[in-house]
Amino acid sequence: MTDTTRKAARPVPPAAPAGPTPPTAARRPRRWRGVTPWLFLIAPLVLLIAFTYAPIVNMVAYSFTDWDGVSPELRYTGAENYAELFTRPELFEVFFVSGYYLAASVVQIAAALYFATVLSFNVRFRNFFKGVLFFPYLINGVAIGFVFLYFFQDGGTLDAILSLFGYDGDRAWLGTPASANVSLAGVSVWRYMGLNFVLFLGAIQSIPGELYEAAELDGANRWQQFRHIIAPGIRPVLSLSVILSVSGSLSVFEIPYIMTGGATGTETFVIQTVKLAFQFNKTGLASAAAVVLLLIILAVTWVQRRLVPDDKVDLV
Amino acid sequence: MNRRTVLALAVGAALLASGCTGTGGTSKGADAEAPDDPAKVDGTITVLTHRTDLVQDGTMKKYAAEFNKTYPKVKVEFEGLTDYEGEVKIRMNTKNYGDVLMIPAVIEKKDYPKFFASLGTQAERSKKYRFTDYSTVQGKVYGQSPIGVVPGFVYNKKVWSAAGVTDWPTTPAEFLDGLKAIKAKSDAVPYYTNFKDMWPLTQWTHVNGSVGCDTRATTRLAEGNPWAEGADLRVGDQLLYDIVHSDLIEKDPTTTNWEASKPRLAKGEIATMWLGSWAIVQMRDAAKQAGTDPADIGFMPFPAQKNGTFCAVTSPDYQQAVNVNSDHKAAARAWIDWFTDKSGYADANLALSPLKDAPLPDVLKPYEEAGVKLLDIDDTKGAEVKSIDNQSEVGIYKPDYRQDLVDLARGARKGSLDDFLTGLGEKWTEAQQNLGS
Repeated sequence: MTDTTRKAARPVPPAAPAGPTPPTAARRPRRWRGVTPWLFLIAPLVLLIAFTYAPIVNMVAYSFTDWDGVSPELRYTGAENYAELFTRPELFEVFFVSGYYLAASVVQIAAALYFATVLSFNVRFRNFFKGVLFFPYLINGVAIGFVFLYFFQDGGTLDAILSLFGYDGDRAWLGTPASANVSLAGVSVWRYMGLNFVLFLGAIQSIPGELYEAAELDGANRWQQFRHIIAPGIRPVLSLSVILSVSGSLSVFEIPYIMTGGATGTETFVIQTVKLAFQFNKTGLASAAAVVLLLIILAVTWVQRRLVPDDKVDLV
Repeated sequence: MNRRTVLALAVGAALLASGCTGTGGTSKGADAEAPDDPAKVDGTITVLTHRTDLVQDGTMKKYAAEFNKTYPKVKVEFEGLTDYEGEVKIRMNTKNYGDVLMIPAVIEKKDYPKFFASLGTQAERSKKYRFTDYSTVQGKVYGQSPIGVVPGFVYNKKVWSAAGVTDWPTTPAEFLDGLKAIKAKSDAVPYYTNFKDMWPLTQWTHVNGSVGCDTRATTRLAEGNPWAEGADLRVGDQLLYDIVHSDLIEKDPTTTNWEASKPRLAKGEIATMWLGSWAIVQMRDAAKQAGTDPADIGFMPFPAQKNGTFCAVTSPDYQQAVNVNSDHKAAARAWIDWFTDKSGYADANLALSPLKDAPLPDVLKPYEEAGVKLLDIDDTKGAEVKSIDNQSEVGIYKPDYRQDLVDLARGARKGSLDDFLTGLGEKWTEAQQNLGS
């Protein structure tokens, strides 16, 4: 290594004098230079392949078998699992539940954008509020599930708070499919808004300050500043957030799984897949379902990228 | 080769290598024979158990110390697993799953010889023990449950008698009237579903056999439609539906809490729950802690009679088995035999002993006095029932369909009970035919 850097640091003479210098001496540092980045990449590549791509390949392999998850025998069944998936439309009905989470992610992004904009200006207790907004994202999802179970209990925290304001606080929030899904989507907004917020805040703060000064001199108000400086400035992050929240809405899992276990019409596609794999021991079919979900998410992302190309931001 | 090709090749090679990870299974079918001379057995054995509470409070250590009096050279270690099913299932893809373990529900019966060592032939073991056919493959037994349970309604005697019901209801209709009387005359929740905790709902499947009083109840599940008119499961599900539909349950089933429900039943805030005899100990403990009389906890059979007698099916808990890969099979076998015969574990849990000639536990005295007939169900078709259950995705041993049933009954789901049960029956019989062909 030291050899390479020393050689690289030294300015190379423009024209090597035709001397007895052997050609290998000149070639060796160049070859090393080609290898060095790979040396640095070995660790992350090994981790990436071992823990991301290898399991995916295994999953795809299982999706062509009838494995039950534990038996030493597994039979290759070809595309039978996929055929079964697509001939059972009821397996895809659960995607309607994702609609609740899609709607919630609109609220989530709007709220995150609002808070990020407000807190990027000079506001009192700015850092405190930043912490408050980001905090939920740091809590373990399982803990959140349990906390909110008490929150939504009949006569629980939410009812108690509502009764302070004079509403009759006595409702089964998770009792009907609609109210259960809305409640769960609310929890997911509470949890993930902090992440969107931090992303937006970072992007907003990377916009040069002179732009605001100039805008203020020209008499632009806050809304105009937002409309013409902030919104275009953070467009790449905004479109990333939209992609993340769409794929997140399609693959919602932990909050409904912990809080309701998919009962009362809150079952999502991933919960259904987990039940296929671990309740009914159809690991093969569940793997096929997981592959299909992966493909759906890739397709949705691709469509989005087509609709909103990742333009280079040019504010000045 | 440019960089991209190199990268693609590297990734491809790694992926191919990983794609070849097979599940190497053994097909040994070894025997774990009972040792002749206790003094000669030695080795360290690891026992995997779901009773984390007993591992933590030292009860298991006491059992081991007692065991060492007979088998001084065997060292017993315990591993308590909180998510027993989930963890053991994954460990069973390797050879390292303890020396003694409880057979997880996920293992198919026909695979038992690949994973466990045989404990002997059924012909010989069934003379002494109950539940042998639950783990018999080709005449050999692979597991032995240390306790047996009987299903029934755990109820608060005070609440029921205050509502004017002192005799056990003998029909579902009478039972419903009893619950209605409780609702009218007290503040107690007549029936608590434990909907959110899910597994208590699966207990309703143990109705099977209690209604028709037929030892071939499991065989009938394998061969017929469990939701046909008058079939056991239909009678049970109909009762659950009626209870929920008549609004005799807790107000918000989606946020129930099992741990909190125990003291509430002891205090009389909850009148009834459908569970198993294993729950009585826990309820009595809860009563002691809540400062109420443990004797108030009662236990009654399913409200159905055949020729004037109640029936209750006996069923095994987790069955202990010996790992086929174990190096200390004799010691492992010795532990299972000792634990089943001599440990007193069944007595401590007020449970049915797996020994055929043992007397009934105290908690079942009321059953004995009322002449409730205990049925040892024939389980030769048990494996088939499980296959049909998984294949059809109905899940009679899973909570989902009963959660749907409760939702249906309380109006959180559209449809009629008849259509719902007919649909289940269709799925079931279709899976039956697919497996048969």
